[in-house]
Amino acid sequence: MRQFSKLVFASAIALAAGMGIAQAQGSLTVAMQLEPPHLDPTSAAAGAIDSVTYSNIFEGLTRFMGDGSVVPGLAESWEISDDGLTYTFKLHDGVKFHDGTTMDAEDVKFSLDRARAEDSANAQKALFAGITDVTVVDPLTVKVTLSEPNGNFLFNLAWGDAVIVAPESIENIKTNPIGTGAFKFSDWVQGDKIDIVRNPDYWGTPAILESATFKFISDPTAAFAAVMAEDVDVFTGFPAPENLPQFEADPRFQVLVGSTEGETILAINNKQPPFDQLKVREALAHAIDRQAIIDGAMFGYGTPIGTHFAPHNPAYVDLTGMSAYDPELSKKLLAEAGFPDGFETTLYLPPPSYARRGGEIIAAQLAEVGIKAEIINVEWAQWLESVFRGKNFGLTIVSHTEPMDIGIYARPDYYFQYDNPDFQGLMKRLNETTDPDQRTMLLQNAQRMISDDYVNGYLFQLAALTVAKVGVQGLWANAPTQATDLTAVSWAK
Amino acid sequence: MLRYSLKRLLSLIISLTVASVLIFMVIEVAPGDPASYMLGMNAQPDTVAALRAELGLDVSKAERYFNWASAMLTGDFGTSYTYRTPVSKMIGERMWVSLPLALYALTLSTLIAFPAGIYAAARRGKAGDVVVMGATQLGVAIPNFWFAMMMVLIFAINLRWFGAGGFAGWDKGFWTGIHSLTLPAISLALPQGAILARVMRSALLDIMGEDFMRTARAKGLSRRQALWRHGLRNAMIPVLTIIGLQFSFLLAGSIIIEQVFYLPGLGRLVFQAISARDLIVVESVVMLLVFAVIMVNFLVDLAYAFVDPRLRSRT
Repeated sequence: MRQFSKLVFASAIALAAGMGIAQAQGSLTVAMQLEPPHLDPTSAAAGAIDSVTYSNIFEGLTRFMGDGSVVPGLAESWEISDDGLTYTFKLHDGVKFHDGTTMDAEDVKFSLDRARAEDSANAQKALFAGITDVTVVDPLTVKVTLSEPNGNFLFNLAWGDAVIVAPESIENIKTNPIGTGAFKFSDWVQGDKIDIVRNPDYWGTPAILESATFKFISDPTAAFAAVMAEDVDVFTGFPAPENLPQFEADPRFQVLVGSTEGETILAINNKQPPFDQLKVREALAHAIDRQAIIDGAMFGYGTPIGTHFAPHNPAYVDLTGMSAYDPELSKKLLAEAGFPDGFETTLYLPPPSYARRGGEIIAAQLAEVGIKAEIINVEWAQWLESVFRGKNFGLTIVSHTEPMDIGIYARPDYYFQYDNPDFQGLMKRLNETTDPDQRTMLLQNAQRMISDDYVNGYLFQLAALTVAKVGVQGLWANAPTQATDLTAVSWAK
Repeated sequence: MLRYSLKRLLSLIISLTVASVLIFMVIEVAPGDPASYMLGMNAQPDTVAALRAELGLDVSKAERYFNWASAMLTGDFGTSYTYRTPVSKMIGERMWVSLPLALYALTLSTLIAFPAGIYAAARRGKAGDVVVMGATQLGVAIPNFWFAMMMVLIFAINLRWFGAGGFAGWDKGFWTGIHSLTLPAISLALPQGAILARVMRSALLDIMGEDFMRTARAKGLSRRQALWRHGLRNAMIPVLTIIGLQFSFLLAGSIIIEQVFYLPGLGRLVFQAISARDLIVVESVVMLLVFAVIMVNFLVDLAYAFVDPRLRSRT
């Protein structure tokens, strides 16, 4: 008997151990640097919210795929009227929110109306500005009317800020997000982690993972330690590029290097003398050695850009030659502009390492041609107030992470203060154009125009750096929007 | 004694009031609007204004101070701008990490310091003393975040005895919780223990020169017996003062260690809140820490008077 119970015990342990492994296979711990302040993607700019919720918990009418393409999401199909003003969306049947309520045209109307309302707290309210009316045709059909044609409309609806939410659950959405996605929100230990679990009633292809945990580790050294100690399975947006070669050499890990929508630029205050002179801006552009910045600040990760456009986009034009590194030419241009001995200016640096490390290198490069840039380190809140809103700066470094945001150059009050009616007209035409070839041409003209005007110093496209255990598959390498889409992620057998 | 206590109480209230005004002013003066920060670069001005109104930021600073201070008197710390949860709830949750961590570190530092200090004092000038003093000198000099990283490298990455960080949660069991706090507690305890050991040693050495110690020796006690029976109790007064100070330091000073080990404690809360301009969280946590320090001092003041009757008449 005793022998028997020992045997039972031993097999129970073996069973438990086996189950333990099987269970571990079905869960994934993903680490990232920033914790979301809350979980409502429709009322804050924080990319960390989308990093957790996009596609996992919340879905929109359309959605981004890992390669940046826009595909149908909750909308099964749509029809666009000939004048480009009316979009009729046909919704998927049988979609349920995580609280069991049905997702229908009323929810779509509610979500879009809420985002464009007078008192809307949506951080990307401009995405919805062109909507004049949202009409429920029947429970699965919704008609959206625009004031003018908008070739970007389906793209805009794929943003995390445009996800579909329900009036029943909106009140507590910040702490208990109820969406339609393949994962349900489960638990949030603030300051520590967020748990999500598989949604068994998902309308589309269900998730493979049983559950996933997001952990927030802001310190780069701690991030390195957490991956090395195998405390986390995946680290997206890995903050210490200098450690990546070590992970690449380690058979336990894989390193994914992709691209983001982040055009990292040396923004110039176009209204502040002497930067109001084209020659001075041109001189600045030739004073900068991009590759030295990519190597020195990003440890080689990043793609040089010569205009404000993502290189992985088919419409991208390589204009880096326009601003090739040439300090002699730079000095000559400065002399012609009336600054043979250079001048003094300010260089505001927000916290990310691309800005702080990159800023040191840029200041040194500018000094070579006689421009003395005083470095001022600021926190984001301060940057937004004094640089972005106050426009009280000479130079600053920032990565513009919104997808397809060349349109900001058509806003004369935008912080770098580029005011060119030709460009504004170009963007207006782009909005009114739906023909893809025409759009590509207009976008390429736009890229050339800002490059010719040397509006800003174009540095590099920010790389998306992910470290994962070898067995993890199905992760996005690129970051077409801030997201950690786990719906297709699994462990290799 | 009553009059003394009342006076101490009054000074406590004044200190807290002054501290609250200072904290509010310093934090509000720093540039950066919480609403703009939350809505980011593409936000439209009317959206920012709507959010400011929602957060109660559209009233004057004086009014906001009075709202904040008067609500705090009733135990209401307000609602976090970014997390949108009550600050008192957030502090309560984080306390369950920071408080045990501080206690754990304090226990460890005392366990290191007492034997080391007593041993060094008993062997004053001999090899043992030199070794202990050298070690404590090193302990004070090593930055604790560096020491923490070294421990992670050895015990988490190479030996795999501990996780590299994070907190398992008390719901997973007491020992699991303790296990995940061990490396951070050791990193915090090292410099504190080193300081405490040095204080212990010098307090004991001071005591040993006192008349009553000579009397004790004259009665026939050995050096060691005199040290244990009479020296230690008297040396405890400065040591306890230091322990009291260290406790509030540990509670407030774990910001870096909580970053290194990504622990969801008070220090990390403040750190995140500062960069997010979550002013109300920063103000409330700092106020709470000030309150903790002032309370400890108040209790220490009372304890002094209790131990030493001369203090009561002097005030």
